[in-house]
Amino acid sequence: MTGKSFEDALRELETVVGKLERGDVPLEESLALYARGDQLRLHCEARLREAQARIEQITLNNVGAPAGTVPFDGA
Amino acid sequence: MNDLSDNEDNARLLAEATPGDNAPALSVSELSAALKRSVEDRFGLVRVRGELSGVKRAASGHFYFALKDENALLDGVMWKGSVSRLPFRPEDGLEVVATGKLTTYPGRSKYQIVADRMEIAGAGALMALLEQRKRQLAAEGLFAPERKVLLPYLPRVIGVVTSPTGAVIRDILHRLADRCPTHVIVWPVLVQGEGAAAQVAAAVNGFNQIAPNGPVPRPDLLIVARGGGSIEDLWAFNEEIVVRAVAGSDIPIISAVGHETDTTLCDFAADVRAPTPTAAAEIAVPVVAELTAMIREFGLRASRAIWRDQERARERLAALSRLLPPPQRLIEQRQQRLDDLADRLPRALAHRNVRARGELDRLAGSLRPALLQARLDQARTRLTAATPRPQILVQRIDREHQRLDALWRLAASLNPDLVLKRGYARVEANGHAITDTAQARKAGQMRLHFADGAVDIRIDQPGAGSGGASGPKSGPKTGGTGKPAQPSLF
Repeated sequence: MTGKSFEDALRELETVVGKLERGDVPLEESLALYARGDQLRLHCEARLREAQARIEQITLNNVGAPAGTVPFDGA
Repeated sequence: MNDLSDNEDNARLLAEATPGDNAPALSVSELSAALKRSVEDRFGLVRVRGELSGVKRAASGHFYFALKDENALLDGVMWKGSVSRLPFRPEDGLEVVATGKLTTYPGRSKYQIVADRMEIAGAGALMALLEQRKRQLAAEGLFAPERKVLLPYLPRVIGVVTSPTGAVIRDILHRLADRCPTHVIVWPVLVQGEGAAAQVAAAVNGFNQIAPNGPVPRPDLLIVARGGGSIEDLWAFNEEIVVRAVAGSDIPIISAVGHETDTTLCDFAADVRAPTPTAAAEIAVPVVAELTAMIREFGLRASRAIWRDQERARERLAALSRLLPPPQRLIEQRQQRLDDLADRLPRALAHRNVRARGELDRLAGSLRPALLQARLDQARTRLTAATPRPQILVQRIDREHQRLDALWRLAASLNPDLVLKRGYARVEANGHAITDTAQARKAGQMRLHFADGAVDIRIDQPGAGSGGASGPKSGPKTGGTGKPAQPSLF
């Protein structure tokens, strides 16, 4: 799950919800499905929380390759 | 002795200096030097316009070319130091304005322009160059749709290649913050003028060279951006080095160079072209608030669905439970029957006893000696009555005699042979009575029964031929001897 992209997780969540809503899965299975949906939802929310503004500027070493970053201070 | 005017008339073998001669012979070097001086003095700084031709960059870094128009051609050179400041890459066919001084090259009897600046001769020329370059790069497939890759839906790190100052980066950062706060790494570059193209290309390549999980996070989306400007301002983004870097990028790239109406080759090479830097930010990330709402909505829908499922199951269970009788009822009924039977059991036994006693009493009451005596008397009377008497038997025999006589008389009157005594005869053949002529003819041989016996006769005119032949042989052995007629009842 950790490696799953937000988009994939969202798409799977959509499928899970659709299945639950159609109500054509056995009750036990629907509980497992719900648990899966909940996991996906948490994953998506976590991914969105992770997405936080962090603005950096690249610093280059003496051969022009990226060496690190410093906070961006755009004028 | 002679002035120059005499030359035509008097060709001489030897040149001799003559006093007062105002046209002394100069050495080539002297003349060349004089020429050089006057050319350089007179044309110390010129601007000349022409089409580039025979463009060649030497290994030394110097740049050789010729400028030409319909009728004339001027060689030119640009030294290495000036070449590095050239804002574009010269190529054949491009119309330029070169600025520099004229000089001569005495060693080869040449004159040339030493250009220290060169500009493209107006927007028209630039557009012509742009078109030509676009065709060439398109032919290489750098703009092909199949090279385009999909942008990530929610990029983790966005690399931005642009000027660190100015409105462009601010617009991008603002719009990203509004929609979806994201980790952004800015690679500052010049976006205009000398060296800009090289910096932009280096930044694109540099982002691509960042290894995953290194000290600097590798972006999964790049934005190459620049604000609006004239075609010259945007020229760096038409340079081949930039186009190749963008087209070759493994990381998906959004190009947002200039305003909507400006299109650069960088835009063509990118995976997605955004009309403005702000639009690039909008393309790069979704609106996180909408996503959050969508996920919440999904969660809600899932909860509703699962709750509804469970509720439905619960209702069905309840409905079925109502149909299921309570267990105590199953026991109660049986308990009741048991109680009932247990209650009836002793009473039934008592009842039975009472009934049996009654029966016994009734039977015992009628069992008396007088009863037995009565039966004995009866039996004796019956025995007396059954004793046989002889006259009963005699009477019976007489009656049977009389019946036999009567029957016998009747039988005798019915005997067919009685009539034979009156002259009749009975005819038979083979044991059957013959009653008409047809039977007689067929039989051929017959027996005639008379009252005292029988004779066999033959019919001499047989109806069907076979009767005559067999007749004599099969004469009956009893024939003629007369068999005593047997009285018969038939």
